[in-house]
Amino acid sequence: MPPTSENPLQFLTDAHVAIVAGKGGVGKTTVTAVLARAAKEQGLRVLVVELDGKPALAKLVGPDIQCLALTPSAALAEYLETHGLGRVAKRLATSGVIEVVATAAPGIDDIVVLGKIKQLEQTGSYDLIVVDGPAAGHAITFLMAPTNLLKLMRGGPIRSQALDVAELLNDPARTRVVLVTLPETTPVNEVVETAAALQDEGKLHLGPIVVNAFDGGDDLPADKAPADSSLREAAEFRNARRALHRREVARLAESIDRQQLRLPMMTSATDSEVVKALAAGLGEQP
Amino acid sequence: MSELDELITDSEVIVCCGSGGVGKTTTAAALGLQAARAGRRCVVVTIDPAKRLADALGVPGRLTNDPIKLTAEGPGQLWALMLDTATTFDGLVRANALSEAQANRILDNSFYRNVAGSLGGTQEYMAAERLLELSRDRRFDVVIVDTPPSRNALDFLDAPKTLARFLDHPAFKLMMVPTRRGFKVLSVAAQPILRSIGKVIGTEVLGDALAFFQGFEGMETGFRRRADEVIELLQSQRTRFVLVASPRVDTIEEARFFAGRLVEKDLDVSAVIVNRATPDFGEPTGKRPRTIAGAALYDNQSQLHEMATAERQDVAPLVADTGREPTWVPLLPSDVHDLDGLDTIRSLLFAGSAVAEGSR
Repeated sequence: MPPTSENPLQFLTDAHVAIVAGKGGVGKTTVTAVLARAAKEQGLRVLVVELDGKPALAKLVGPDIQCLALTPSAALAEYLETHGLGRVAKRLATSGVIEVVATAAPGIDDIVVLGKIKQLEQTGSYDLIVVDGPAAGHAITFLMAPTNLLKLMRGGPIRSQALDVAELLNDPARTRVVLVTLPETTPVNEVVETAAALQDEGKLHLGPIVVNAFDGGDDLPADKAPADSSLREAAEFRNARRALHRREVARLAESIDRQQLRLPMMTSATDSEVVKALAAGLGEQP
Repeated sequence: MSELDELITDSEVIVCCGSGGVGKTTTAAALGLQAARAGRRCVVVTIDPAKRLADALGVPGRLTNDPIKLTAEGPGQLWALMLDTATTFDGLVRANALSEAQANRILDNSFYRNVAGSLGGTQEYMAAERLLELSRDRRFDVVIVDTPPSRNALDFLDAPKTLARFLDHPAFKLMMVPTRRGFKVLSVAAQPILRSIGKVIGTEVLGDALAFFQGFEGMETGFRRRADEVIELLQSQRTRFVLVASPRVDTIEEARFFAGRLVEKDLDVSAVIVNRATPDFGEPTGKRPRTIAGAALYDNQSQLHEMATAERQDVAPLVADTGREPTWVPLLPSDVHDLDGLDTIRSLLFAGSAVAEGSR
């Protein structure tokens, strides 16, 4: 078993910003909602930030938690506005120049989005800001944006913004990255690679690793079912899946020395009620 | 003959669409394996930045932009490659440049590297370009494309438009003035908006950007002709589209979104594949036993049956949209990460197919 603190939810108060990242299909959005819900139940003031234009997230977290959608173009327009460039901001936004500006200095769009998150953190209005981050491939680029941009730019307002953002991201008391994966071979391989890249190159600090859709439970007594029966086949299938899950979480624990949180496999579609149930279960990790 | 069999034997290009995590890459590879068994020389292209195709094919390390041969099955062959946007863009620049000096001016530009990799639509456009190259490569009979796991995955259907987004980009227009010979780059001083941009990102970076656009003077025609050829290929009967989903509401919604995009383009969905389906062992018969072991076994089968039933209901809207009955691939007891695993998926996709069993 990976090391766990006495209260498995301790991590919710370790930092003020939790960036949730994981490859497509691992349930990143569900995990974002579950963490936000768990924090809310602990009495924390929570804000959920989503970057991918997923309207489903607000529905998952429920009406009592504030949700904010951030887009690079809106964040850049706001940034220009507050830096005395409001007059051109609108033209920049409508002409598509923002896309080219962002390309000219890669990561500029990520920097303004992260800058906006930093600004929200600085207001002190929230104990925890949970960010539904980009998919794993892009998560590295996103979180490394300040590091890469600082190499490229020698001066200007964007550079100082990048410095501020780097300070936010690299301080374990302010930001933690929560990686999400599934208990299967390829997702585990990928999360191990991502964790290494974020820690070594990005100087980022990880929160817990969340293993989604974990099929726990004891092995079924397949041999008690008649040979060749559907009961037996079903039990053998389930046992094989559970064995795979056990193997993969063990391998994950060996590869990444972080607290592991496991969300059970749910049999019904995810909605805000399911999120509540998952959040409640989060405090009762083995 | 099933839809998938026909696809494997008749088409020259197969495009697999779907959201991330649905096993799209594995599906593309399994279709490729079947094509090889059917005696065709097939190349599978992935655009995915993650090394999933390599994992699915059991290739150690990463795939490259050049196809590598994985297996040969009699006359059939299976090759794979991973799209390298930058290398493909380099090739396109070299092929269309009026002189070697012009090509080098662009390739040496520091802004170019960033554009080649990241300007929105570039990746999709280069995927289309690579697809065109491979479709003309005499080594291959069929090209199978695994699209990126994003909503923009079908942007390459708009290749001419994507190209327009590049050369007719408002920013491009802002920086260039048309002349008799093509385009000429404006100076920073001439455009107040460029001065403002310069203030934010720094004049050096902006200077590189301008020099980059200047580098393309005279190359538009070649680029446009190429794009027209791509769209012709994609719209021809030689190209088929396959939707891949998993039985979860969100991935089904994504598949429906793709189906809608294809319909907009007058393109047909040739087949629908639903991966990772919970296997259905039927409803348990008789009464729930009173013994602990008996009840656990009974409950397990009943739970799996419930999940499988719910999944079929979730997929129903996609079936209604496309008019295609999906091919279901059950969730396997273990992951696919080598050619043997891939062969299992292949045999599940083509269960009952003459080709699947014939060559054994």
